[in-house]
Amino acid sequence: MISFAHVCKRYDGRPVLDDITLTIPPGAFVALVGASGAGKTTLLKAINRLTAIDSGTITVDGADIATQPLVGLRRRIGYVFQGVGLFPHMSVAENVWLAPRLAGQPPAGRDERVAELLAMVSLPADLAARYPRQLSGGQAQRVGFARALAAGPAIMLMDEPFGALDPVARAELGAAYRALHERMGLTSLLVTHDMAEALILADRVIVLGEGRVLADRTPRALMQARAEPGIRAMIDAALASAARLDALARGD
Amino acid sequence: MGGSVSWAELARLAQAHLFLSGSAVLAAILIGLPVAILAARNRRVRAPLLGAISLLQTIPGLALLALFYPLLLFLARASGWPIPALGFLPALLALAVYALLPIVRNGVAAIRGIDPALTEAADGLGMTGGQKLRLVELPLGAPVILAGIRTAAVWTIGTATLATTIGQPSLGDLIFSGLQTEDWRRVLIGCLAAAALAILVDATLALIESGLATRARARLGAGLAILLAALGLTLAPIPGAATSGRLVVIGAKNFSEQYILAQLIENRLRVAGYRTERRDNLGSAIAYRALAAGDIGVYVDYAGTLWANVLRRTDTPPADAMLRTLGETLARRDGVQVLGPLGFENAYAFAMRRERAQALGIATLADLAREAPRLRLGTDLEFLSRPEWQAVEARYRPAFRTMRPYSPTFMYRALADGSVDVISAFSSDGRIAAMDLVTLGDPLGALPPYDALLLLTRTAAADPRLVAALRPLVGAIPIERMREANWTVDRDGDKRTPAQAARWLAAGLDEAPK
Ligand SMILES: Nc1ncnc2c1ncn2[C@@H]1O[C@H](COP(=O)(O)OP(=O)(O)OP(=O)(O)O)[C@@H](O)[C@H]1O
Ligand SMILES: [Mg+2]
Repeated sequence: MISFAHVCKRYDGRPVLDDITLTIPPGAFVALVGASGAGKTTLLKAINRLTAIDSGTITVDGADIATQPLVGLRRRIGYVFQGVGLFPHMSVAENVWLAPRLAGQPPAGRDERVAELLAMVSLPADLAARYPRQLSGGQAQRVGFARALAAGPAIMLMDEPFGALDPVARAELGAAYRALHERMGLTSLLVTHDMAEALILADRVIVLGEGRVLADRTPRALMQARAEPGIRAMIDAALASAARLDALARGD
Repeated sequence: MGGSVSWAELARLAQAHLFLSGSAVLAAILIGLPVAILAARNRRVRAPLLGAISLLQTIPGLALLALFYPLLLFLARASGWPIPALGFLPALLALAVYALLPIVRNGVAAIRGIDPALTEAADGLGMTGGQKLRLVELPLGAPVILAGIRTAAVWTIGTATLATTIGQPSLGDLIFSGLQTEDWRRVLIGCLAAAALAILVDATLALIESGLATRARARLGAGLAILLAALGLTLAPIPGAATSGRLVVIGAKNFSEQYILAQLIENRLRVAGYRTERRDNLGSAIAYRALAAGDIGVYVDYAGTLWANVLRRTDTPPADAMLRTLGETLARRDGVQVLGPLGFENAYAFAMRRERAQALGIATLADLAREAPRLRLGTDLEFLSRPEWQAVEARYRPAFRTMRPYSPTFMYRALADGSVDVISAFSSDGRIAAMDLVTLGDPLGALPPYDALLLLTRTAAADPRLVAALRPLVGAIPIERMREANWTVDRDGDKRTPAQAARWLAAGLDEAPK
């Protein structure tokens, strides 16, 4: 469980997180949407203390993160970076195996485990020997995803993990992750720009705007509600393109 | 290789040079890298630390080397530990301080230059500070760190030539002694050898650096193999170098006479079965203190110098009284034994061309004072401000027509071409005989005696075999022979090396009156 109580964060006097209060129960799959600069990345990083908040409290599994040992907190949480952040001097296998290595796992089962993790993100095992510079943007992003999963965390924080993927792979990987979420009983927080993706994958969608929670509903409720114009516009844009595609498919 | 440098000597010096430079760079890495890591992490430490290290860098290399001598001497006294103040240790410390700047600066730049997204990823994965350093920062910063080490290595190999002045053998031995004896081939060989070493080391480190940057294992391996081979070479014994027998360290100041005498002493000790090491080009103030501290075992100094600089006396007693007081005081105060005078003086002496002196009827300083209003005096650069000149003025009251200081070479030229009539010379200078000069007598005893004295540490003096090997030198070198030996080394054409001059002196020992 993750909960925020009156969390504030300012950059140069400007509020980026503005009195955020919310609770994400264990096993929830929450999508975080909002315009660029709305504070999504900041909110995610606040949870594993990559960003220090100015005031308020964040607890993970009931314990205030400010009082927890930092390294232990971060190792319990899988984090997929918006900028991927693979280490260029390490092979794919070394990147993916980092979290288990830090946790002191013996290298005995490394190759099988790496292959298994790569398979989870639909990558062939022979990619393991490559270096990040030899990967496409989408491949690199999937390796980053596999790296976050490697330690078997209970909580996954994902910052636009599918941004560089083609639509087919994106839908496929989204579905695959959703299945993993169920199977492993994960708590998932997914940042995305794509309202359709949020509505399809998540149990709950939080819309952030200028550091505030604009809406926090289930996908169905969000679509039915008479939401404020900004949110309505995002949903309508997703619906409109779906309708156009549908019409195209029927040959009109 | 030409007559002035033997292959064995070059190999020995290059080996010492490489060992010293390598140790200094290694020490600088061991100190500099942790400092760089600290500075990269801590903004408040960074600016003052880099400032302080830059400041150290502005101290001239020669001064830095010289400063470590009194510092270590003080530490040795204060702590009571036998810290050697001369030779390897101070040279190592000074060079390591010098090598610190590029290593620290590049280390800081390397760590701070890492893409923040990567350090954030490292944090996000839950790496501890140490893990982040080992797994991310050092490997990614390695090429920049290594570039700093490369700069440090090249600087250090160049600056290590100065280690000679505090008694640590290096390729600088060739340069400094070559400069003193105007043996330009020696100077050139020393410079070229140091430059070649620097280029080779730089190329090897460049290979490792590019191997790291491109993650090319073969290049990295080749570079490391060359480094290891170099390490092996610096530790390998040089063929022909004696490895048994007790070690005696022989000191010498930085002029030809001192090189010749040190070589003479070294040859005799070798024949007697001792291992020897040389500490050449010691500063005048350092040499005696080095002996008193036991860093060197034997060297030649001059009575008047010890009287004024070590005993801080300003009076001028007659020679035998001065020698007696010196012998007793040095032994009692510093445990230094005066084995005896070698038989000649290297004193300040007024010199004139023979025919001019005869024409004017001048044989002594008293005669000179009489004729002084018609004469022009040429001196070296410091003579007119020295106590010797004050004493001459006080006793003889000469009033010269003009008095002009010159650098030594030009002083002799001025005398030769008639620009001056009389000069302040050193009595053992080879040019006195070569130019057929006469030195003037000092009936009132204004000029202090500068008898060359053989000085030993108490330990050396307690070794009868060593004393027996050196005693035949006492009283055995007349001024004419020393002048001749100096002249063969100092003259412009048909130069001899100090080693050749020492052999020539040794050959005459048996004929000389005891
Ligand atoms: N280190 C920082 N210093 C100053 N301002 C920052 C910093 N990090 C983020 N900001 C600002 O905070 C605001 C929120 O940033 P954040 O990265 O959380 O946005 P986001 O919702 O993730 O945007 P995007 O969808 O473009 O990734 C932005 O206006 C950004 O410029
Ligand atoms: Mg973002």
